[in-house]
Amino acid sequence: MKLNERSLAFYATCDTPVDNSGFLYKKGGRHAAYHRRWFVLRGNMLFYFEDRASREPVGVIILEGCTVELVEAAEEFAFAVRFAGARARTYVLAAENQAAMEGWVKALSRASFDYLRLVVRELEQQLAAVRAGDCAPPPRRAPALAPKENGCACAVWSAEPPAPGPPPPLPPRRRVSEPNGPLHAASFVRLHQQYGQEVRALRSRWLRSRYKGLLLDSKKRHRAAWVAQWFSAAFSPGCDPGDPGLSPTSGSLHGACFSLCLCLCLSLCVSHE
Amino acid sequence: MRYNEKELQALSRQPAELAAELGMRGPKKGSVLKRRLVKLVVNFLFYFRTDEAEPVGALLLERCRITQEEPSGFSICFMEDPERKYHFECCSEEQCQEWMGALRRASYEFMRRSLIFYRNEIQKMTGKDPLEQFGISEEARFQLGAPRGGNAECIGFS
Repeated sequence: MKLNERSLAFYATCDTPVDNSGFLYKKGGRHAAYHRRWFVLRGNMLFYFEDRASREPVGVIILEGCTVELVEAAEEFAFAVRFAGARARTYVLAAENQAAMEGWVKALSRASFDYLRLVVRELEQQLAAVRAGDCAPPPRRAPALAPKENGCACAVWSAEPPAPGPPPPLPPRRRVSEPNGPLHAASFVRLHQQYGQEVRALRSRWLRSRYKGLLLDSKKRHRAAWVAQWFSAAFSPGCDPGDPGLSPTSGSLHGACFSLCLCLCLSLCVSHE
Repeated sequence: MRYNEKELQALSRQPAELAAELGMRGPKKGSVLKRRLVKLVVNFLFYFRTDEAEPVGALLLERCRITQEEPSGFSICFMEDPERKYHFECCSEEQCQEWMGALRRASYEFMRRSLIFYRNEIQKMTGKDPLEQFGISEEARFQLGAPRGGNAECIGFS
């Protein structure tokens, strides 16, 4: 297999800081002697040189997919770099003291690109979570997923009450009057009356349009009943049908007025059939 | 230079970040464009003849620069000899952009700088070192400090 060895050699000897370096004894082969070599770890590449001043490495051990372990060997402070596979070679190395051996074992076992990528992905997620937490209210606890039953995962809500957060935002309201208009500083009673008139006007328009629809539709009796039902539900205190133009601003008084209007309209409609 | 070829071959069989059939032309003068199955695995770019299981060759993607080449191709050159370029032809602009982005992110040095960046940001925002949970906060390779390397070109950016 071709390899860009020249580039590899330059990577080995460039002047950026290395991840580890030092003298190690390297076993030549199964029955071979140990040779003292200058080792340089950069990324997931372990280069070895004849000596410290050499300009080109003798060789490189590509560390991706390896495991590093201590071994019993003729040399003290020995460890091995092992690869999976049938005829894979095991590199037996020996350091000059205990501290150096431990340093090398740690550095080599964390040298793979895969390992680095895992850590980077984890930190990426952590940073995203920290940033999200910074500009939003504290998130509620996510529901824990129970083991799958019949192929469906059932959500199990946490037994604890949800963390108190800010109140949910108010539903949008259509502003018929200007927010900073003459009523801005008025009393509540005046505001109530003003908004009440606006709402009544909107509702009568809506009712007239519905009335026309009712006259044209042969199933208007059913619809009339439905509309009546809907209106009475809409105008009962505390209920919000969701339409901003029609939401009652207060409870029973307006509700009663509109129920009356509706009944009149509907009775007119029915009598015309 | 000796290297563990068996392990490199095994690596070429690992799941790829990106793989596609591209046109490829070597750096030598007079090279012809050939169809190759190109596969990105960690910081290596392997290239195969389209019907073979063993790669023809591999490029270690450290200290390289990825440049767009018209109309829908790109080239890889290495810091020590920027004139020697490996040319690749894609079938579309999208494929070209996809490959260029992936190759720029594929170097160990780029990953390392990303880690240092995230570590720094998290530490600034939370006051805690996120590497402590992994027990690697003292690793020389992950230290915050002076930027590593000199030229931005040598770290896979064009």
